[in-house]
Amino acid sequence: MMNANVALRTILEAGEPVTDHRPWPRVVVTPELWNTLSEGLSGGAWSLLGLWGEVGMVHLAVYEDASETPGVASLPCPAGQFPSVGRLHPPAQRLERTIADLVGLQPVDAPDGRPWLDHGRWPVRHPLGGATARTSPPNPLSMHGEGVAKPGERFVYPFLSAEGESLHQIPVGPVHAGIIEPGHFRFTANGEAVVRLEERLGYVHKGIESLLRGATLERAARLVGRVSGDSTVAYALAFARAVEAATETTVPARAHWLRALMAELERLAHHCGDIGAICNDAAFALMHAHCAVLRERVLRASAAGFGHRLLMDCIVPGGVATDLPADGAKTLRALVDDFRQQFPPLIELYENTASLQDRTVGTGFVRPALIQQFGCGGVIGRAGGRAFDARRQPGYPPYDRLEFETPVQTDTDSDTDSDVNARVWLRIGEVEQSLALIEQILERLPPGSVRGDLNLPGRDCEGVALVEGFRGDILVWLRLAADGTVARCHPRDPSWFQWPLLEAAIENNIVADFPLCNKSFNGSYSGHDL
Amino acid sequence: MRKLLFQNLWRSPLTIPAPAPSEPALAELGARVDRAARRRLGRSLAIRQVDAGSCNGCELEIHALNNAFYDLERFGFRFVASPRHADVLLVTGPVTANMREALERTYAATPGPKWVVAVGDCGRDGGVFAGSYACVGGVAEVIPVDLHIPGCPPDPLQLLEGLLALLQVQ
Repeated sequence: MMNANVALRTILEAGEPVTDHRPWPRVVVTPELWNTLSEGLSGGAWSLLGLWGEVGMVHLAVYEDASETPGVASLPCPAGQFPSVGRLHPPAQRLERTIADLVGLQPVDAPDGRPWLDHGRWPVRHPLGGATARTSPPNPLSMHGEGVAKPGERFVYPFLSAEGESLHQIPVGPVHAGIIEPGHFRFTANGEAVVRLEERLGYVHKGIESLLRGATLERAARLVGRVSGDSTVAYALAFARAVEAATETTVPARAHWLRALMAELERLAHHCGDIGAICNDAAFALMHAHCAVLRERVLRASAAGFGHRLLMDCIVPGGVATDLPADGAKTLRALVDDFRQQFPPLIELYENTASLQDRTVGTGFVRPALIQQFGCGGVIGRAGGRAFDARRQPGYPPYDRLEFETPVQTDTDSDTDSDVNARVWLRIGEVEQSLALIEQILERLPPGSVRGDLNLPGRDCEGVALVEGFRGDILVWLRLAADGTVARCHPRDPSWFQWPLLEAAIENNIVADFPLCNKSFNGSYSGHDL
Repeated sequence: MRKLLFQNLWRSPLTIPAPAPSEPALAELGARVDRAARRRLGRSLAIRQVDAGSCNGCELEIHALNNAFYDLERFGFRFVASPRHADVLLVTGPVTANMREALERTYAATPGPKWVVAVGDCGRDGGVFAGSYACVGGVAEVIPVDLHIPGCPPDPLQLLEGLLALLQVQ
């Protein structure tokens, strides 16, 4: 029996290596090694990068922070079940419930047996597994699986309970009051104070992973680019990089730089929009109006540079779809100049408006220990002291040749750290970094072609990529079939490890501060629901 | 803050001129909307946006309608928080199986006369997600649709043209 202090490398060496999986190793492990991985995750030595299934097998992607080593472990499940990871490591629970819903593999001894994405409304069960016709609602009907659903019975989702005097429940959603995505929030409150928030997601589940099976690379790239529309660049980049890793394709240098340019434009636009939207939820509309103007300028410059305001379908496996036109660099430089003039007064306004700070400081605090445990990425993670940035580690070009900082909140001792205010400031910091990156890229953009041919090997091959989107690290894992179509592809949104923390962030805050907390997280529903 | 507000007084407005209503949208609507309803509502329409399964791309562009460049409210449109206050449902996405009932109930909660505008390629026929076990299809599969504004996503100008057509139809 191995102990939990074992290095990830030791496990990866003990397993049976899978050939043609790149760039990290993938190994087939025994149930014992699988459990050692769960223990290591629970002990905090590693972060969970992903957990997904396919017919007869589950895959676990982990990252060892100390040695900066990523790896994928796979466990065959001949009996249709696997030892629960969530039993020891809570961040895995929703992912396991999803595997049970989509693939039909059961996590043994899982603490939460409720379905997650399956609301009992699809015509099939286990669409990524046996895909049998549905004759009954999802099983089990209770938290611990005592209930058995009967055919035709209406599925009622059992929410967790909260006990105490004078508690009341507030159900919110799935249709929300603003122009936002659908999801359900079940608040239990004592007067104004929230004592429990439970999320129920899955409303925008579109069956993307099923659509990806058998898709051509061209169609798959369009699908993955629409997993979460606001992160279309990051998703398209992660997909392209995974395909290129699997096929050992080299991408022209100019394409790498143009991809980074698009990624930073996306980061700039959405961070800027979020800063304004957070202030708007504290009833400070002036910031919102000004940030929305800046954001619109980014989208217009993006359209002028690459032909699409959100840059959809601009990154393709092998390179990028279009090169920057002759006046593109000039347009983007003008955008940066504009930002440099307009943005600092807005920061000053944020900093000097006491009524606004009154709402954001100390609101929606998340304990740094939780952020570490969940391997939470993006500004939410970095506001809690977790410095992880996929642009640096595992890293990808051209960031190794660019100078930039990853703003991190290092002082996380008091209750006013890692709050809404900290998340605003980190976004401000990232806006400044993205501006500097755009300038550097425009300055040093190498000449040459922007797209190369894929080096399809004519046999099965697998690839994985981790890309830093504006929300955090996006994982894409895929297996290509011999004919060059997608056999299986799993995109994992950063929100998987952020949504659960929102439940913690709102505790003891007042109900009226929920929109503020939620906006400061800005989790993706579509990216999570798949 | 005062400085910023004063600057805004001197600056010329960012708002773009109103676009002409798009012709195909006008034609599609002409048959559906009668003059009486138009008289009752005048040039004021309350919009309730419903995401029935979108990737969130359409929402980003609908949001942009509110910025200073497009300034939707100058045309009498405004976004409201409840279907009970709405004249128009602006629906995005392929309707997912998991959102179907919520969309039906939102439609039922909207008082008549009411219009439904399906936004985006997905709202029209399911778009890239058509054929999935988890998607019902376009919005018209679930509730009656008066106008489609295609695009992936439609840009704010296309959205504005479609909405203007909704107002100007005879």
